[in-house]
Amino acid sequence: MSVILLVEQTLNGLQFGVMLFLMAAGLTLVFGVMGLINLTHGSLYMVGAFAAAAVAARTGSFLLALVASIAGAAAVGTIIEMAVIRRLYSRDHLDQVLATFALILILSEGTRWLFGSYPLFLDTPPWLSGTLMLPFGIEYSIYRLSMIGAGLCAAAGLFWMIARTRIGIQIRAGENDREMIGALGVNISRLNTLVFAIGAGLAGLAGALIGAIQSVQVGMGEPVLILAFVVIVIGGIGSIRGAFVGAILVGLTDTLGRFALPHLFALFMDASSATSIGSSLASMSIYLLMAGVLLLRPRGLFGAT
Amino acid sequence: MDRETGLNLALLGVMLAIPLWAMAADEPFLVTLTTRAVIFAIAGIGLNVALGFGGLVSFGHAAFFGVGGYAMGILASHAQGYMPLIEWPILVEGTKSMPVIWLTAICASALTAFAIGALSLRTAGVYFIMITLAFAQMLYYFAISWPAYGGEDGLSIYLRNAFPGLNTMDPIQFFAICYALLLAVLFLVARAARAPFGLMLNAARQNEDRVQAVGQTPYRLYLVAFTISGAITGLAGALFADLNRFVSPSMFSWQTSGEIMVFVILGGVGRVFGPVAGAALFVLLEHVLGGVSDYWHIYLGAILLAVVLYARGGIFGILTGRDTANG
Repeated sequence: MSVILLVEQTLNGLQFGVMLFLMAAGLTLVFGVMGLINLTHGSLYMVGAFAAAAVAARTGSFLLALVASIAGAAAVGTIIEMAVIRRLYSRDHLDQVLATFALILILSEGTRWLFGSYPLFLDTPPWLSGTLMLPFGIEYSIYRLSMIGAGLCAAAGLFWMIARTRIGIQIRAGENDREMIGALGVNISRLNTLVFAIGAGLAGLAGALIGAIQSVQVGMGEPVLILAFVVIVIGGIGSIRGAFVGAILVGLTDTLGRFALPHLFALFMDASSATSIGSSLASMSIYLLMAGVLLLRPRGLFGAT
Repeated sequence: MDRETGLNLALLGVMLAIPLWAMAADEPFLVTLTTRAVIFAIAGIGLNVALGFGGLVSFGHAAFFGVGGYAMGILASHAQGYMPLIEWPILVEGTKSMPVIWLTAICASALTAFAIGALSLRTAGVYFIMITLAFAQMLYYFAISWPAYGGEDGLSIYLRNAFPGLNTMDPIQFFAICYALLLAVLFLVARAARAPFGLMLNAARQNEDRVQAVGQTPYRLYLVAFTISGAITGLAGALFADLNRFVSPSMFSWQTSGEIMVFVILGGVGRVFGPVAGAALFVLLEHVLGGVSDYWHIYLGAILLAVVLYARGGIFGILTGRDTANG
């Protein structure tokens, strides 16, 4: 295998990881502040992608589509938080899982009813297509590079918001003691809605960005949701830093595993069985990573013990 | 006889009466539909052992359902192609015999449940939910990417497997087999719930510290419960595969895990017969709502949401007026 290919695959892994972080950040924030396990996060990702595809089809503007993805997912997130999800904060995890599972059914079928079963296509804009020459003769897609850039910007913005702003202080305080910050005069239920909407907006953005290189269809959210679960199990639930490290780890492991394992097996067996065994194992690699982390640190890399 | 026992018997009676009537009225489809409910009920009873009695919220029971299904698919496909399963060190042939397939499915899914449980039970709460979901998803992707047994397309079995003395292709005879297995599983689970193991498990769910104080290890109790739970769901998976004569990776999908959980919740958590009622209601809804609208999942979602928010005891909770099995 050549070095150029390896660098490309590493960049792909990074891009995947950064997108996973956008998903995982919302999940882990919502769990940290409200103690809620939220399965609808995948649906919000889907809503963002559909909003972007619909707006891009009308206006032809990719930037407007991204704005729509954030706004659409945040709006749907706010509605379901106020209508259903805020009743679940005091319930046990089983009720939360079931109610959010029910919401997945409603949101997925509702989207299918609105947009039909066929996938929509969201094209990358002309000013972001093509490739860029990197040093050492490496060519890489501009769009994927911008995805990494956009994801890192969103991550930096999130870290800044949590570390430096008043809302961030309230969020961190909420993670430690909900009753106390309520007693200090912070409107807890508004804070909850805000946190949920921020997480939803990030998921929607990820949906739109990924939707442009894959297809936009019903059911696209849940596989990513489960990967985001793996990410926050590895990183430690409630920790944004853990989510970031976990997301990059999972992104790199998955992409490099798919690339390297078939090559690795080809060293000592024939090509066709190396491909099939290698790709089967690669599809399991991130879960094996998760199992390994669990054996060493059951609460995740950055989880509170 | 209290109200719950009456309901249990009525439920079993109705589930037996419908296919008998359908056979008389020459409606084989209704027999198959009831068989589907019976098989789902077994899967739900399996999950209920972990979820209801042990308080282990597993969102990954599709893993065991799928392993049971693939145990059937792999054995039967080798038998149907006259290809030995293993040639070395000993010759193992595929088989079309149901009892052997059930035993294999139970062992394979119990082993899977033991391995997944041993890892996942190191954590608890929300971690446990996510990890069980993730492991089921791992098997899902494995089944998709493993080309030897059909990969994404799954495996078709042309003839239903054989049971000595019965014609399993006859819907009512296959129903009878599934119904008998349902009764056997219900009997075993009801016995286990009242045995020292079941009582200890129930105690561990309520207060781990006290259970530890009397010299029991909650981890071990949970692991045994989780393994039994997986084995029962695996048996249901083998039957489900036999009902459709088809196995595919979708048996491993997260939706399947969710649906098995829905059987338990609709019926009522922690009651031996809860999943039977839940599975029956699910199949009924699927059939009736599916006929009304292509988008019937919206209605299913709304009903499920209403049950979770307002009727936490499920059907049994509504009908007996008590939210939990223990009063």
